[in-house]
Amino acid sequence: MTSVSVRDLSLSFGAVTVLDKLNLDIDHGEFLVLLGSSGCGKSTLLNCVAGLLDVTDGQIFIHDRNVTWEEPKDRGIGMVFQSYALYPQMSVEKNLSFGLKVAKVPQPEIDKRVSRAAEILQIQPLLKRKPSELSGGQRQRVAIGRALVRDVDVFLFDEPLSNLDAKLRSELRVEIKRLHQSLKNTMIYVTHDQIEALTLADRIAVMKSGVIQQLADPMTIYNAPENLFVAGFIGSPSMNFFRGEVETREGRSFVRVGAVAFDVTAYPARGRLHPGQKVVLGLRPEHVKVDEAGTGEVHEATVDIEEPMGADNLLWLKLAGQSMSVRIAGQRRYPPGSTVRLSFDMGVASIFDAATENRL
Amino acid sequence: MTGLTRGSARPNQWLRNLNAKIASIPMILTAVVIFLGGTLWTVVYSFTNSKLLPRLSFVGLDQYERLWAAPRWIVSIQNLAIFGFFSLVFSLVIGFVLAALMDQKIRFENTFRTIMLYPFALSFIVTGLVWQWLLNPQYGVQSIIRSLGWESFSFDPLYDADIVIYGILIAALWQGTGLVMCLMLAGLRGIDEDIWKAARVDGIPMWKTYVLIIIPMMRGVIITTLVIIASGIVKVYDLVVAQTSGGPGIASEVPAKYVYDYMFLAQNLGQGFAASTMMLLTVAIIIVPWAYLEFGGGRKRG
Amino acid sequence: MDNIAKNSTALSIDAAGARLKDGPRGARPKRTLSRRNIIVYGTLIVVSLYYLLPLYVMIVTSLKGMPEIRVGNIFAPPLEVTFEPWVKAWAEACTGLNCDGLSRGFWNSVRITVPSVIISIAVASVNGYALANWRFKGADLFFTILIVGAFIPYQVMIYPIVIVLREMGVYGTLTGLVIVHTIFGMPILTLLFRNYFAGLPEELFKAARVDGAGFWTIYLKIMLPMSLPIFVVAMILQVTGIWNDFLFGVVFTRPEYYPMTVQLNNIVNSVQGVKEYNVNMAATILTGLVPLTVYFVSGRLFVRGIAAGAVKG
Repeated sequence: MTSVSVRDLSLSFGAVTVLDKLNLDIDHGEFLVLLGSSGCGKSTLLNCVAGLLDVTDGQIFIHDRNVTWEEPKDRGIGMVFQSYALYPQMSVEKNLSFGLKVAKVPQPEIDKRVSRAAEILQIQPLLKRKPSELSGGQRQRVAIGRALVRDVDVFLFDEPLSNLDAKLRSELRVEIKRLHQSLKNTMIYVTHDQIEALTLADRIAVMKSGVIQQLADPMTIYNAPENLFVAGFIGSPSMNFFRGEVETREGRSFVRVGAVAFDVTAYPARGRLHPGQKVVLGLRPEHVKVDEAGTGEVHEATVDIEEPMGADNLLWLKLAGQSMSVRIAGQRRYPPGSTVRLSFDMGVASIFDAATENRL
Repeated sequence: MTGLTRGSARPNQWLRNLNAKIASIPMILTAVVIFLGGTLWTVVYSFTNSKLLPRLSFVGLDQYERLWAAPRWIVSIQNLAIFGFFSLVFSLVIGFVLAALMDQKIRFENTFRTIMLYPFALSFIVTGLVWQWLLNPQYGVQSIIRSLGWESFSFDPLYDADIVIYGILIAALWQGTGLVMCLMLAGLRGIDEDIWKAARVDGIPMWKTYVLIIIPMMRGVIITTLVIIASGIVKVYDLVVAQTSGGPGIASEVPAKYVYDYMFLAQNLGQGFAASTMMLLTVAIIIVPWAYLEFGGGRKRG
Repeated sequence: MDNIAKNSTALSIDAAGARLKDGPRGARPKRTLSRRNIIVYGTLIVVSLYYLLPLYVMIVTSLKGMPEIRVGNIFAPPLEVTFEPWVKAWAEACTGLNCDGLSRGFWNSVRITVPSVIISIAVASVNGYALANWRFKGADLFFTILIVGAFIPYQVMIYPIVIVLREMGVYGTLTGLVIVHTIFGMPILTLLFRNYFAGLPEELFKAARVDGAGFWTIYLKIMLPMSLPIFVVAMILQVTGIWNDFLFGVVFTRPEYYPMTVQLNNIVNSVQGVKEYNVNMAATILTGLVPLTVYFVSGRLFVRGIAAGAVKG
C-alpha cells in the first residue's frame, strides 16, 4: 500500500525549473531518505509534499487521496524543521498543543496527546519551559513532539539534525530510528548527510538537480550505485575512479588504465563488456586489500601520505599514475615511501560506461 | 472537502491567498489611486486653466509660462537652490565631522548623541518659532552682542531680504544635522575595525585614513544621506511658514509654499498644479540617477 | 623540535630580563588631558552648547514676565520666575476669535494622533506581513509603486486627495485626516514591517501552517508576540511624525479641528495685538513636549526609528 505518491511533479520559479516530472512512491511505514547536496531540490520536494509550496504541475497523493491543492493541515502530515521552528514566546507545552488548539481539539484530548508525546520523547520535565531555555537537542525533541501530537501517519523531516553538533546528532539519529520502529509510520527525511541516510533509511532517493538518480535500499546504493554521480556521492572518502578501456585476453576481461590492467572477470556485469569500450572502474577504499594473500592478481603501489584516524588508517597511494585511497585497520601503519601490494575484490567493484556514466 | 476524487480541481486563482489580498487592499488603493492616480491627475490638470475648481479645459503650457514669468516663483526657485546647496554641503560636512568625533571611543557618547539629536524630534513649526525668537533683532542675538559694546553689529537675517534664507538655513541645520551625524556614525561603525588596525600598522595619519580610505568606503551611506536631505529640502514648507511666513515681502518664499498658496488661498488651481509638477520634476532629477546607481547599472554598494 | 622550543624560551627569558631593568613596562600611562582629548571633547562640548541653547532660551523666556523680557537679554535666567505665561498659553491664548488657548489644539492633536497611529500601524503591519509571508502575483508591483510614491512631494497629491475625501464626505473632519496620515505613513511602515517579518525564520511560518494556523492566526499568535520591538519603533516614528505634522493639518481639517502645531503657528504669528514672547515660548515648549518626551523616554529605539524613517526621505 502506498502512503505518499508523487506523480509527474514539476515546479518552477519563473524560468528556473527546480523539479521536472518527478515520480516517487513511498510505502506505508517506510522510512525514505531524500539525499543530495544543497540545491538538488530535495527540500523543495519535501515542501511540495507538505503543501508549503504550490506545485506547477503534477499530483500528490497521501493515502490515495489527492492532496495537490490541500492546505498543509489537511494533508495528515507532521513536519520537523532544521531550525526547530519552535514558537519562541510559547512554553514547550503550548508549542505542542498549538496545532491542536487551532484545530479545536477538546482539551482532555489535547492533554492526553501532549503527555503521551512528552513521555515518548522524555521531555516531561521541560513542559513549562520556553524554547530559549532548552538545549539544541531538547529543542529538536520538542519539534519532533509537535509532529507526534498531530497523530498523523506521515512525518516529514527537513534536515532535522543539521544544526546539532556531531555527538548530539548521532544520539538523536538513534532516537529517530527507535521512534520509527515503535510508531511504524511513514517518514520522509531530507538530509545531505550520507551517514544519516545510510543508517536510517529503508530506501534512499539520491537526488541531483531535481532528478532522482537512484532509489534503492542503503546497501544497494552503497554496493551497486546506478551511476557515476551516486558512486561518487556515497562513501567517504569517495570511491576511487580509474578511467580505462576494456580488453579481453584468454577468456578473461581486463580494464586497462595506462600500464596497469585490472582483471575484472569476477565483476557481475549486467551485459557484456565489449573490448575497446571506454569505461570507469570504481573501487571503494575499504574494498582494497593491502598485503594480504588474495586470489586475484596483485599490484604494487607506493604510499604517498598516511592519515591515521584511530579506528582506521587511510593510505593515499600512487597507482597507474593516479592517486587513490585505501582504508585499512588502524593498527597497521605504513610510513610514506613504503611499497604495498594491493589486491581487489571485483565482486564489489563498479564499472560505468565512460560516456553515459551508467552502471554496466 | 475537495480531493476525495482523483485530480481535484485547481481552486480559483482569485480566491487563493484571499486573506493576503484583503490585507493588501489599503496598499493597492494607496499605490494605485493616490500615488499613481493622484500624481497623473495633478500633472494632467496642470495643463488646464482651472481656477477655483478643477476644469478640463486645456490651455497647453500656459500655466508653465505664467509660472516662470512670476517673480515670486523665480524667488522661490532661487531660495530653494541656495538653501539646498548650503544645507547639503553644511549638513554633510558638519554631520561627518561630528560623527568622526563621536567615533573616537569617547565617554558620554550617549549624552552627546541625545543632545545633538533632540532637535530632530521637534517639529519644523517649533524649530522655526524658536529661531524666530533667537534671531529677533530687538531682543535676540543682535541685541546681546550690541549690548556687549559692539554697537554697529548687525545680524537680523529674518528682516533683511538679502540674507533671510540664511536665517532659515541656520534653523534647518540646527534641526537636521543630528540626524546626518547619526547616519554617518552608523556608516563609520559599519566599517571593518581591521581597516583601522591596518592603517595604524602602516603608519597612515588619522586624517589621511579618513579622507583616502574611510570616506570612499562610505560612498553608499553618503549617497543615501544626500538623497534623504535633498528630497527633504524640496518639501521645505513648515519651517518657512513658522519662521518668516515667506517674508520680508516675498524674500523667503519656497516652491512648496507657492503651491499651497495658489491651491488653497489664491484659488488658482492651475498654477498650483503646474508648480507642484515642477516640484515632482525636481525630485525625479534627484531620485532617478540615485535609483539607477543604487539598484541599476553599478550593482556595487560602498 | 625539542631543542628549538627550549632555545626560544631561553631567549624570551633573556629578553624579559633586559626589559626588567629599563624601558617601558606594563600598561601605557594614560594622559586624560592629551591634545587629542582636548580637541575632541572641547569641540563636542561647544557643539552641544549650541544645540542646547535654543531649548534653554525657550525655557528661560517662558518663565519671565514681559517687562523683564523688554529690558533684559534673552540668555539671562529669570529674575522672577512666573508660570503665568504657561497658564496663558494653555488656556487663554487667542487664535482669531477663539481665546481658549492651546489646550484645544492639544486635544485635537491627541484625537488625531491616537487613531492615526493605531490604524496606520495596524494596516501597515498586516500588509507587511502579507508581503513577507503570503506573496501573491502583483504584490511586488504595488509595493514598488508605494515605495517610489514615498519620494513624490506631498504637494503633488494633496488636491486629488481633497477631492477623494470630499467625495467620501470626510473632508475637513478628523476622520479624513486620520485617513491621510494612514496613507502617507504606509510606505515607510510597510517597508519596516515587511523587512522585519522577512527577517524572521521562514520555518517558523511553515511550522505554523503545518499546525493548521491560517493568515490571521499566524499573524496574531506567532508574528505579533515576536515583533514587539518593531511595533515600538513604528509607534515612535508615527507619534512624532503625526504630532509634528503641519501641512496635512492645515489642508485637511477645519479650524475647529486644527492640530496643535497649526494652532501654535496661528497664535505666535498672529498679527493682532501685542506680541507676548513669554506666552509664545511657553506655547512652543508645550507643543514640543510630546515628541520630546517620546524621544527622551525611548532613547536608542528612537535612533532606530528615525534611521528606518530616514530611508523614506
